[in-house]
Amino acid sequence: MISVTINGVAHRLDADPDTPLLWVLRDTLGLTGTKYGCGIAQCGACTVHVDGEPTRACVTPVSSVAGKIVLTIEGLSKSGEHPVQQAWLELDVVQCGYCQSGQIMTAAALLAKTPKPSDAQINEAMSGVLCRCGTYQRIRAAIKRVGGFQEP
Amino acid sequence: MGQDPDSDRRAFLKATAAAGGALVIGFYLPGGGMPKVLAAPRPGASPAPFAPNAFIRIAPDESVTILCNKSEMGQGVYTALPMIAADEMDADWSRVRVEAAPAAPPYFHTTFGIQVTGGSTSVNSSFDQLRKAGAIARIMLVAAAAESWKVEPATCRAENGYVLHEATGRRLSFGQLAAKAATLTPPTDPKLKSPTDFKLIGRPVRRIDGRAKVTGQAKFGIDVKVPGMLTAVIARPPVFGGTVKSFNADKAKAVPGVKRIVQIDTGIAVLADGFWPAKLGRDALEITWNDGPLATLDSTTQRKQYEELARLDGSAAAVAATRGDVHAALARAEKKLEAVYEVPYLAHATMEPLNCVAHVRADGVEIWVGTQMQTTDQAAAAQIAGVRPERVVIHTMFLGGGFGRRANPAADFVKEAVKVSKAAGVPVKVVWTREDDMRGGYYRPRTYNVVRAGLDVNGLPIAWQHRIVGQSIILGTPFEPMLLKAELDMTQVEGSAEMEYQIPNFLVEYKIAPRGVPVLWWRSVGHSFTAFVKECFIDECAVAAKQDPVAYRRLLLVDHPRVRGVMDLAAEKAGWGRQLPQGRTMGIAVHESFGSLVAQVAEVSVSPAGEVTVHRVVCAVDCGPIVNPDTVRAQMESGIVFGLSAALYGRITFKDGRVEQSNFHDYPILRMNAMPSIEVFLVDSMAPMGGVGEPGTPPIAPAVANAIFAATGKRIRRLPIDPDELKAKRGET
Repeated sequence: MISVTINGVAHRLDADPDTPLLWVLRDTLGLTGTKYGCGIAQCGACTVHVDGEPTRACVTPVSSVAGKIVLTIEGLSKSGEHPVQQAWLELDVVQCGYCQSGQIMTAAALLAKTPKPSDAQINEAMSGVLCRCGTYQRIRAAIKRVGGFQEP
Repeated sequence: MGQDPDSDRRAFLKATAAAGGALVIGFYLPGGGMPKVLAAPRPGASPAPFAPNAFIRIAPDESVTILCNKSEMGQGVYTALPMIAADEMDADWSRVRVEAAPAAPPYFHTTFGIQVTGGSTSVNSSFDQLRKAGAIARIMLVAAAAESWKVEPATCRAENGYVLHEATGRRLSFGQLAAKAATLTPPTDPKLKSPTDFKLIGRPVRRIDGRAKVTGQAKFGIDVKVPGMLTAVIARPPVFGGTVKSFNADKAKAVPGVKRIVQIDTGIAVLADGFWPAKLGRDALEITWNDGPLATLDSTTQRKQYEELARLDGSAAAVAATRGDVHAALARAEKKLEAVYEVPYLAHATMEPLNCVAHVRADGVEIWVGTQMQTTDQAAAAQIAGVRPERVVIHTMFLGGGFGRRANPAADFVKEAVKVSKAAGVPVKVVWTREDDMRGGYYRPRTYNVVRAGLDVNGLPIAWQHRIVGQSIILGTPFEPMLLKAELDMTQVEGSAEMEYQIPNFLVEYKIAPRGVPVLWWRSVGHSFTAFVKECFIDECAVAAKQDPVAYRRLLLVDHPRVRGVMDLAAEKAGWGRQLPQGRTMGIAVHESFGSLVAQVAEVSVSPAGEVTVHRVVCAVDCGPIVNPDTVRAQMESGIVFGLSAALYGRITFKDGRVEQSNFHDYPILRMNAMPSIEVFLVDSMAPMGGVGEPGTPPIAPAVANAIFAATGKRIRRLPIDPDELKAKRGET
């Protein structure tokens, strides 16, 4: 049994310890907001927070999060009130939306540590999360909006 | 549903009072000779309250639901299409909801005659239809209110979800009026609003699906779970056209969680109670394959083959467009240019890997899938299951990207799921791993292009010849009668055959290459490479004529003021010709596709190592009247990034019959740190409404390539751009 807190709820999971956290979230717990994109930590669609750190759930064995606190997109806010989600809505960032849970979780982790990130810091934090629809410009603008920067 | 589906076929238009007192407005538009597929009652489900052949549903709770017959894959149709209907209705936008339409004839594309999302046509093909649907609803609601108040309908009007009688100050909401309106006869020729009265159309409106997508609640195909479902991962032949010779599933069966092993014609499926055990099981299969005729397919060898087919003095090719005498003009030209342009196979690489949930039952099939082509999926599933197409219910989910991959007339990802479910007797979700998806084919075809131009004494082209060699995406599909004429695939010459530049002697030819690799439309289809060839080669002509690329193009666009206008706008906004920071250069490209004109100016620099940085892209678009300007901007941004990924990195290659790429490490797409700043300018235009999903893609590769030439003197004639080629060249000019 693996004990882990996910979105504020304590879980005792009877899972094969090597199973990636991603599939426990999606298939066992039904938390499908976290997405599968590549399976090899190349695209960031599966990004969740583990003890506050942005983490690729697709390559994180579930056993490694025992005793830790996991936050997924479903736990970020009740229904989209988090400032990052609000900025995303205000700038209409999303297109297909598939990568956006990973984008938002990554941006939220960045902003928690670096409230006013520079372009270089945004590049550093966000370049691991792919968006095939090409919403990067709006993602950057939304992050800056949360940071209180005035966008032209 | 509870109504005779045949009545739909007779009725062009009807209103139905459904359970709950809702007003339902629907059309039946004949489907142009395509197979009749009827809305099917959902097997096993309790009777649904509403008839499916409808675009608008108004409920007593004031919600206005628009049934959207186009799939939402990021391009914004779930917002733009409801805007059209809601504006005509004078609905309260905050009450407007959207639902995926079922797969049924009332939802066929007004031009293509099947249910499909593609060709950058979702808004322009739905515009009149949804305006009419909205106007009918409004007229009936007004009539219902007038009847309640015993006044003339002409004295009432609709506004923001209410019908008002101004003389007496009375008002009734749409929800209050729905039941009564449903009893009235719909008008056959409703009077539409004047465009000057539009309240939503033409204004930036936020996406309806935004909240669901920022909270992780949006349901994509891969998120579907139905009772009793198993998840399947399939081992497919490593070489296209291969088959299973023999296999041993003992190790796969030993993986905890693996439930079943099922062989289908395209491979071996491992079914488990979740993706992970299914994948482990699949990877544990021991399979011997028959590789088939493509076992030796090799990209280098194939290039030689294409080169041979492209010989201009060799075998004849299909003529796509011709005028004058190109050979005579070339012979007398003052200056002759000849070049070879090449582009590779490309994967769509949607962020959501392919997947499909299917449940085959004795009486029908139920499918949950992100698809762009419901009608062909439905027909394919029906054939496999041995039921009539109307017994196949398709739930169209959000698509985690489409770009053409999910519009496959061969229905590959749907067929597999249906076959596995049929064999296993349970609902099955087939999930493709990223590697499966990347190696799964249906690529943008590789093409080999030979171009020749002859210039007169003034440097202007008097002759232009373009021969295209590549696989046909239409061959072998139901679209052959429409798009394949005597070995001429219309989709592979588009953008070249009808090019805008005025050149008196002109010849575009197409030489079909041997089939084998599965190929398909990829965002902007033929334009994805014809724009690259045309816009780079015209730049070569400008350079040969020692003229500025913008000024040169202008001379060739005398009769095309609209093209000139969009090019001039991009050039002006980019500051064409101005002094740039050290090491930066600009390149321009302009291209018409899908009824829209797009010009882009790229500002680039090339590092000593040959690495290209695209700093800024200025994009001007003339797409005719605009429904949602923010969507147009978003689609230009999106199309540019998509094209840039291809220009800088995109390449699918073969060795020993196998695809060499597998995942995002060897098939990279643009990341945040390589993202240019993009500025989009919209032309105020009354031209016919064009599309926006694809036209942003074609001009970016040539704009960047032309800027690289300005920086380095090196002409990029092969994509993706190879830094090694530029390394040596930088600084030589």
